[in-house]
Amino acid sequence: MTDLRTALPPRTEVVAFLQVAGVYLAIAALLVFNLVFTPNFATVTNLRLQLVQVAPVAIVAIGMALVIASEGIDLSVGATMAITAALLPLYLGYGVWVAIVISLAAGLLVGLVNGSLIAFAGMQPIIATLGLLVAGRGLALVFAEGRLTEIFDPTLNTLGNSAVLGVPISVLLALVITVAAGVAVHRTAFGRRLLATGGNRAAATLAGLPVKRTLVTVYVLSGLLAATAGLLTTARQGASDPSFVGLLIELSAITAVVVGGTPLSGGRVRILGTLMGALLMQLITATVIQQNLPDSAARMIQASIIVAAVYLQRGRGAS
Amino acid sequence: MVATRTEVSTRERRWRPDRAGAPIVLVLVLIGGTVLFGDSFASGQNLRNIALDSSYLLLIATGMTFVILSGGIDLSVGSLLALAGVLTAYGAQWGSLVAVALPLLVCAAFGLVNGLLIGRAMIAPFIVTLAALLFARGLAFAVSSEGNTVHIIPADLLLTRIGQASWLGVQAPVWFALVAFGLGWVLLNLTRFGQAVFAIGGSQEATELMGLPVARVRILVYVLSAALTGMAGVLIAAQTSSGLPTIGEGRELEAIAAVVIGGTLLSGGAGSLSGTLAGVLLLKVIQNLINQVGTLTAYYQQVVSGTFLIVVVLVQLRLARRRRR
Repeated sequence: MTDLRTALPPRTEVVAFLQVAGVYLAIAALLVFNLVFTPNFATVTNLRLQLVQVAPVAIVAIGMALVIASEGIDLSVGATMAITAALLPLYLGYGVWVAIVISLAAGLLVGLVNGSLIAFAGMQPIIATLGLLVAGRGLALVFAEGRLTEIFDPTLNTLGNSAVLGVPISVLLALVITVAAGVAVHRTAFGRRLLATGGNRAAATLAGLPVKRTLVTVYVLSGLLAATAGLLTTARQGASDPSFVGLLIELSAITAVVVGGTPLSGGRVRILGTLMGALLMQLITATVIQQNLPDSAARMIQASIIVAAVYLQRGRGAS
Repeated sequence: MVATRTEVSTRERRWRPDRAGAPIVLVLVLIGGTVLFGDSFASGQNLRNIALDSSYLLLIATGMTFVILSGGIDLSVGSLLALAGVLTAYGAQWGSLVAVALPLLVCAAFGLVNGLLIGRAMIAPFIVTLAALLFARGLAFAVSSEGNTVHIIPADLLLTRIGQASWLGVQAPVWFALVAFGLGWVLLNLTRFGQAVFAIGGSQEATELMGLPVARVRILVYVLSAALTGMAGVLIAAQTSSGLPTIGEGRELEAIAAVVIGGTLLSGGAGSLSGTLAGVLLLKVIQNLINQVGTLTAYYQQVVSGTFLIVVVLVQLRLARRRRR
């Protein structure tokens, strides 16, 4: 790896710099652009709205980053959010905390099934989680009988729409999760095992690491974080909408992880980069909307950015 | 490891229990469906519905089989299906030729860009086609003014008359899908290109060392996948006389599921188109059977399809492991 880099021409130093700092530069550029050209951009209301909108994506993306670090992928996160949303109104009658615990437990269960299929049955992550993507959304719609249910609950309303010291609870939660994930990856034995497993599974197994347990744990974490995102989204909307909650969020989450500089090949992860990746994609969407460009343009721009970001990372074994 | 002609053909013909799963289950499901629901399932009209429903998926899954055999994946097909439909309806104002050529060319161009980014720039197929998924959907919405304009295909157009025709009691899209599938089978099993696809999926390095044009083959499988998807989009538009930018969401997953259920390994290098045909029919027959059960809602289709995918792969893994011992 190092040999390769020194052998490359100096142009690659620019590329190497962009690989590390690209997402921050892009965010800075977009912020400056919006400050100059977008009226009412730098208002507290607008900034808060942007952060509230990005929080669920960021939370799911952190879980996705951990999964990708293990050389896996989790396509079932959107379906997990739908299951969470569908279960909440069903169990509200037993008390709001019971409902919250049950819906989070459902996310944990989805993660456990994913993790077991991958770790113990040896199934490819993309297939196992694809199965749960399809079945999970169907299950959520069966639970909810395909209907949107409005939820009137003071606790959930507080969770979704209140702020502590001016910062919305969901944003606060996203920050806490980011910090916790960062500490877990870089400061704990679990983090070391995760990166070793993702970097070279055979070597990790030979070294006697609990590879299977690590894999299950990582998918359980992803499921739990997706359930949390589903809970927050449902709480903010004041309605359980299993048809649409979390639809295609797996793509946004993967995008955030990749744009944030985590290679898909596993063994490496950038947690703060992931958060910034999610923020960047949100900023792009917001900029496009505020410049009165249509939503279709936003998608095409996002697509181009994904390809550009990954193209820049190729040198680091991202393919 | 690298397949010569004889090895490829024996690989196709040898009895492989881990690949025969889908046809066996398909026969069982067909018998079960007939016993349980009788004429409402086994009627000509219902079977024609299943065939029509399967034809679009068969086109997409045929291309997907090439891509997966080469060790890749194509997530963009669902969006390309919508884009092709929209472009067909949009192009219909200039006549049938434009209505067919425009979507096919645009889809092939998408496939070419996918292939170049994957085969030459060496970006992961997953990411490239994910971006294409977003881009194509965006373009489909842009062409139809964010979904506010629905282009209609005139009923007197040649395209409409062909697309909605029936020959020998079988609808036109089914014929087109069968012909494309047959050509695909020949391409995969009887040509050097097909051998190269198998070889690259087995081991890209070895294939490169053998001097096969790896990059060119990898590019072509994505062009093929996109073009076949474009064809499916044209046929859907001709059948429904309109192009909607919202169709096809999740179709990529359905196609991948059909290919995998048909016994093709997602890691590439091993599998068959006949398996894919069985996989497509199996998915569609099961969805149809669930519709026959009046008490079950359509949502159960998804639950069963997803569970089915996992169960089939679990069984394949188990059988493959036993065979290796």
